[in-house]
Amino acid sequence: MNIGVLALQGGFVEHIRMLKEFNVNCIEIRQKSDIITHHFDGIIFPGGESSVIGKLLRELDLFEPLKKMIECGLPVFGTCAGMILLAKHIVNDQRTHFGVLDIHVRRNAYGKQSGSFKTIDVFKGLGKIPMVFIRAPYIEKVGENIEVLSVINNNIVAVKQNNIIVTSFHPELTTDSSVHRLFISVIQASNDNKLQKIDV
Amino acid sequence: MKDRSELNKNLAQMLKGGVIMDVTTPEQAIIAEKAGACAVMALERIPADIRKVGGVSRMSDPKMIKEIQNVVSIPVMAKTRIGHFVEAQILQALDIDFIDESEVLSPADDLYHIDKNKFNAPFVCGAKDLGEALRRIEEGASMIRTKGEPGTGDIIQAVRHMRQINQQIRQIQNMREDELFNTAKNLQVNIELVRYIFINGKLPVVNFAAGGIATPADAALMMQLGAEGVFVGSGIFKSGDPAKRASAIVKAVTNFKDTNMIAELSEDLGEAMVGINDQEIDLLMSQRGT
Repeated sequence: MNIGVLALQGGFVEHIRMLKEFNVNCIEIRQKSDIITHHFDGIIFPGGESSVIGKLLRELDLFEPLKKMIECGLPVFGTCAGMILLAKHIVNDQRTHFGVLDIHVRRNAYGKQSGSFKTIDVFKGLGKIPMVFIRAPYIEKVGENIEVLSVINNNIVAVKQNNIIVTSFHPELTTDSSVHRLFISVIQASNDNKLQKIDV
Repeated sequence: MKDRSELNKNLAQMLKGGVIMDVTTPEQAIIAEKAGACAVMALERIPADIRKVGGVSRMSDPKMIKEIQNVVSIPVMAKTRIGHFVEAQILQALDIDFIDESEVLSPADDLYHIDKNKFNAPFVCGAKDLGEALRRIEEGASMIRTKGEPGTGDIIQAVRHMRQINQQIRQIQNMREDELFNTAKNLQVNIELVRYIFINGKLPVVNFAAGGIATPADAALMMQLGAEGVFVGSGIFKSGDPAKRASAIVKAVTNFKDTNMIAELSEDLGEAMVGINDQEIDLLMSQRGT
């Protein structure tokens, strides 16, 4: 299984480290040639600054090809800035990026670094897991096809829409890999679906 | 407090692969954010001008820091003098995202650094070698940067520091476990920090390059030497076309191994900052605080 990790800026190494315990092949995506020369079963958008990653995506000609891949159903896992990149609506920012995920998200919703926090709370299907929020966003409103996976203090912090999973928090900064495991199961289900289609 | 210290190291992790730019006005901060800065350092004068003007340089006016906080969505950092814990308290009161206890400003204390463990806000500190880096981490720094000579446009010192720190890390990795105690003694740090390096082959916090970075090639050089990101001070707003140069440096940091791309990025950037060689300067700021 090939998982692409967007490696333009931010905490991508932490995702790659966490994926080591699963039998997957990680590919860093830094420029267009990285997506031309590989096949991907899934892709991860890490945390970092969405303004930086969004700009580099466009300037390095990664934006359009990745958008197409996501629209064609490529499984995506976005953490923090990754959630912002995928959101259809950003409440406090005029820029949007891929705009494929039907959510209204607020950037830096917990304020500056002083508002960053760690907690242990419920994630649908995974029980209680550790969650690290760093200048994190949260979701204020979701569309119809969104499955809410976690709510902290009345704010939505994790959702799923078809093959897309996003979290406000950083599972890759903890030692609990259950959200990554969930993402890999989404990839497996998506691959099985594709095979069935071919059989038909 | 332990959680807070972890969260602060985590913020530094999210800055990796990015460029932190010195800015002196809200206008410059906006240019920096648009050019792809992952954070800005708000200061009254960039190091090149601090050098030129001379005299005592202090923490920036809180009003100016607030104005910059108001116009950007990325993290805002600001500098305190070495050992000046009240300036640091003020910066924390301003809800700053990161405090740089910086040799660029005039030191307030020639013996003691700030006890950064007492603060909620994260700190970044400069280091010329591994001992200095680990002493700062013991005092509570969440991020380390080289102490390259600021405001010179001369990369030599940042290169020296990055090589030195990474060489010392490799030496520790190659030691027998029973030799770590003596290393801890020589570096004047806790054995647990030395043990961390022995096991992990890296500092327990993020390590950036800072001081003298003026071109995309400088930035890529530091990344290839093992920096996890870069600070660019005078190099941007002392150059002919700040927005273009800033943007080129950002891309060079992401694709630091792609020499074709860096060649292209280096084209037609306008005038680089003039710079001074490290032998020509009277004041070596990296000697401040050890």
